[in-house]
Amino acid sequence: MIDLDAESIYAVFAQRVRELVAGRTLGLVGVHTGGVWLAERLRKDLQVSAEVGVLDVSFYRDDFAHGGLNPAVRPSRIPFDVAGCHVLLVDDVLNTGRTVRAAMNELFDYGRPASIDLAVLIDRGGRELPIAPSVVGRTIEVPEEVSVVLVREPSGRLHLTLEQRARA
Amino acid sequence: MPDPVLNPQLNADGELHHLLSLDGLPRGIIERILSTADSFISVGSREVKSVPLLRGRSVFNLFFENSTRTRTTFEIAAKRLSADVFNLNIAASSAAKGESLLDTINNLTAMQADLFVVRHSQGGAPHLIASHVAPHVHVINAGDGRHAHPTQGLLDIYTIRHYKRDFGALSVAVVGDILHSRVARSDLHALRALGVPDVRAVGPLTLLPDGLETLGVRVFTSLQDGIRDADVVIMLRLQSERMDGALLPSASEYFRKYGLTPEALRAAKPDCIVMHPGPMNRGVEIDSRVADGAHSVILPQVTFGIAVRMAVLSIAASSARFR
Amino acid sequence: MRIEIESARLIDPSANLDRVGNLYLADGRIAGVGEAPAGFVAERRIDGRGLVAAPGLIDLCARMREPGTDGALRVEMRAALAGGVTGVVCPPDTDPPLDEPGLVRMLRQRSREAAGARLYPLGALTANLKGEALAQMCTLAEVGCVAFAQTGALPNHRATLLSALRYARTFDLPVWLRPVDASLAAGGVAGEGAIAGRLGLPSVPAVAETVALHTIFELQRATGQRPVRIHLCRVSTAAGVDLVRAARRQGLPVTADVAILNVHGVDADIGQFDSNWRLDPPLRSERDRAAIRAALVDGTIDAICSDHAPIALEDKLLPFGEAGVGASGLETLLPLLLGWAQSEKVPLLRALATLTRGPAGVLAEDTGTLLVGRKADVVLFDPLETWAVNAETLLSSGKNSPYLGRELTGRVRTTIVGGEIRFDRVPGAGVPA
Repeated sequence: MIDLDAESIYAVFAQRVRELVAGRTLGLVGVHTGGVWLAERLRKDLQVSAEVGVLDVSFYRDDFAHGGLNPAVRPSRIPFDVAGCHVLLVDDVLNTGRTVRAAMNELFDYGRPASIDLAVLIDRGGRELPIAPSVVGRTIEVPEEVSVVLVREPSGRLHLTLEQRARA
Repeated sequence: MPDPVLNPQLNADGELHHLLSLDGLPRGIIERILSTADSFISVGSREVKSVPLLRGRSVFNLFFENSTRTRTTFEIAAKRLSADVFNLNIAASSAAKGESLLDTINNLTAMQADLFVVRHSQGGAPHLIASHVAPHVHVINAGDGRHAHPTQGLLDIYTIRHYKRDFGALSVAVVGDILHSRVARSDLHALRALGVPDVRAVGPLTLLPDGLETLGVRVFTSLQDGIRDADVVIMLRLQSERMDGALLPSASEYFRKYGLTPEALRAAKPDCIVMHPGPMNRGVEIDSRVADGAHSVILPQVTFGIAVRMAVLSIAASSARFR
Repeated sequence: MRIEIESARLIDPSANLDRVGNLYLADGRIAGVGEAPAGFVAERRIDGRGLVAAPGLIDLCARMREPGTDGALRVEMRAALAGGVTGVVCPPDTDPPLDEPGLVRMLRQRSREAAGARLYPLGALTANLKGEALAQMCTLAEVGCVAFAQTGALPNHRATLLSALRYARTFDLPVWLRPVDASLAAGGVAGEGAIAGRLGLPSVPAVAETVALHTIFELQRATGQRPVRIHLCRVSTAAGVDLVRAARRQGLPVTADVAILNVHGVDADIGQFDSNWRLDPPLRSERDRAAIRAALVDGTIDAICSDHAPIALEDKLLPFGEAGVGASGLETLLPLLLGWAQSEKVPLLRALATLTRGPAGVLAEDTGTLLVGRKADVVLFDPLETWAVNAETLLSSGKNSPYLGRELTGRVRTTIVGGEIRFDRVPGAGVPA
C-alpha cells in the first residue's frame, strides 16, 4: 500500500494555497469534518483573521432517496458574509465531486460569492461531475474499493489512512 | 394480544417511518430528532431559509380538526425542506359528505402523496391511517384526540434541553387539564424517555387521568406543592371546548387555585423556565406578567417548533419502506 | 331419526356426568346415555371418538339483526349452529325494537323456517325502548317473549323503571337489565384505568356499573315480598361481582351473565387503538377479569354469552371512538371458553355449565341437558382441533372478530337440534347404519 505522510503533503498544500491567495482576503470554508481541520490549520498558517466557516452538506446531498439522512448531521455555520466574498472551499479528499457540488449549493444559499476556489489535500480521481480544484496537495491512484481517510490526532497532527470500503 | 415488539412507527430496520406517539419511542430516536433539529435552527437564520432535502416530495396536511397554528408551522417546516405542501381542510369537504376516512386517504394516495400530517379529534385516527397507507407513505401525527401530540412533546423537550442541558437532574411540572391534553401525555412520555427523574402532574382531581403513577409521574393537587423547587413549569391551556361536562365551576376560580402568577412562581427555583404550548388564555391559567416575564420561554418554543418539525419530516421521509 | 353417537366423551353439567360412552337420540329426545334403550336400532351412527358430546350451547345474547336486515336471521343462525349453539336469546334492540307482537310473531316464524337454533326473543321493557312508557308485556309474552329487557343502560327515569318492574312482577315476568348508569358512563369508550388514561380515551368508570346495580337491587326489593326476577346482563367489574354476590346471599332473585370477551380479554388488548376491541361493556383490568373468572367458578355468575354483534367492516375501519360497538362472537364462543378452562385449570364439566345448565336455569328452560327424555339438543366438538379465524371460516355476516387472523383451538363438528342434524362440518359424517 502507498505510504502517505499527511504532514508533508500538508506542507506542500499550504504553500500552494499561499501562492494562490497572494495577499487577497479570502473567506475560508471547510467541508465537515476533514475540510474543517485543514481550514483551521490554513487560517493559522496564513494568518486569516476571520473565523473559519463550517459546512455539513447532509441536507444537500444527492443520495437522500438512496441512503436516507445522515444520523449525525451537525449544524452548518458561516460566520462571515458570503455575498461578494472570495471563498476558499477546503476539503480533505476529492473523489467523484458530488460532495463539492453539494457544498457549493449550500454555500449559495448563504449568499452570492464573488468567486469560489477549491483546495483539496488529496485528489484521488474518479470524477463523476465537472469539478476542478484550484489547489491539490497530492494526486494519487487507489483502487475503487479503498477509501482514503484523514484523521486528526489529539495533538493536532494529521494522518492519512487507507481503508477497505464497506460493500454498499 | 398485540405484539409489543412490533412498534407501528418503526420500519423493519428500527428506523422512524411514521411518528404517531412518543410512548414507546426508543430514546435514541428521540435524541437523533433533537440533534438534527439543531442543524435546522441554523438554516432558519440564513438568508435562504430552506434546504433541498424534500424537493419533489408531496406533504399533505390533513386537518380533520381546525388549527391554524400547528398547520402553519408544519407548512413552514415542509416548505423549508423544499417539499410541495397541500392543505386539506377535511371538515369542509369529503368527510362532511360522508366519505369515510380511509376512502379519503386512498384518494389522496392516488394523488402521489408522500407524507400525511394528520390532526384528528379521535385518538387512534393516525394509527388507523398508518396501518392502511402504501409502504412508502409516512404519517405524522399532529394531534389525535386526547392521546398524543408528539411534535409538541419533542419541541417542548428541545426547549428544555436548550435552557437546561442535563435532563438527569431536573424537576419538571406539567400543570393544568391533563385529562384532556394530548400535549401533556406526549410531554410526560418524552420526559420519562429522556430520564428526567422528577416528573410531576398538577391539577384538580377532575382534570387528572388514571394511571399517572404507573407512568412514574408524581401527582399534586396543590399548585404550590406541585411546582416547589421545579426547574421547568409547563402550563397547559384550559381546554374549555374539550370539557363537555361540569368539571370546573369557573375560569376565575381556576385562576385563583391553579393560575401561574408571579407570586405562585416564587415556589419554583429562581432560574425556573416557564413554558406553554399555546395559545395562552391570559388570566385563566397564566398571568400576563409571567407570560411576558423573564422566566418565560414561550416565544422561543415557537422557533424551535419549526426546526423540530423539519427534523421529524426529514428523518421519517428518509425511511424508504415500512416493512 | 334414531341417532347413535359412539364412544364420545359425554359431558353433562346438569347430571355431573363426564365419561366416555354412547349417546342415543330418538324422536327428537334423549333416549339413552351410556346404555342403549331397549330395542334401539340406529338409523345413523356418528363416530364420537376423540370428540366431546355435550348439551347444545345456549347463548343468552346474540344479535340476529332481524327485524332490521332481511335475510340476516338465516345467516346468523347458520353461524350459531357452526358455533354449537342450539338456543339463542336475541335482545330487543332490533330495528324496529321488539315491542310489537306482530314483529315477534314474524321473527319466530322466520326462525322456524331457518331451521337453525331455537330462538328465545326478549321483548322490550318499554315502548320503543325509550324508557318512558311501559311496553305491552303480557301480549308480548303470549306470542313468545321469554323476558323483558332494557338494553344499553338503565332508563334515566327511575320511576318508570320501578313501574315496569312492578308491572312485570304482577304477571311473574322476568326482567333483564344492563347494569349501566347512563350519565356516569356517558361518552366512555374504554374501561376506566391506566390504559384509558394513557391512550387518552374517555373512560367508563366502575361506578357506572355499581351505582346501577345498587339502584336495580333497591328497586327490585321495592316490588314486594316476592320480588320480580331480574337477570343482569354483562357484569364487567370486580366491584359489580361483589355486589351481585351479596345480593344473592340476601336471597334476592337475581341471575347474571358475562360476555365471553370480558372472561378472556383485558384493557391492554386494545393495543394501538384496535377497534375490534371497541365493546360495550368495555374490556377492563386484570383484577376485574380475575373476579369474573372466580365468580363463574363459584356460581355467582350463572352464564357466559357471546354478545354477538355482526358489524360491517367499514363501520369498524374507523377511529376507535367512532367505530361500531361489539364483536362477532357466535363461532368463537366455544374455543374461547375452552381457552379459559385450560389456562385457569377449570374442569370442562364446570366450564361448560356456563353455556348449558347455567343459561338454561336463567331461562327456566328444560334444555341444556342430556337427561333422558329431554329435547335432543346436542353439540359434538373436537376440543383439540385448531382452526384459523378469517372471513372464509366465519359463517356470520359479521367478520368483526378481534381474533381475525389468529388460530383458536376447539371446533364444532356436528350440531343437533331437537334430534335433527342441523350442522355437519364434514357432510355425511353420520354414517347411515
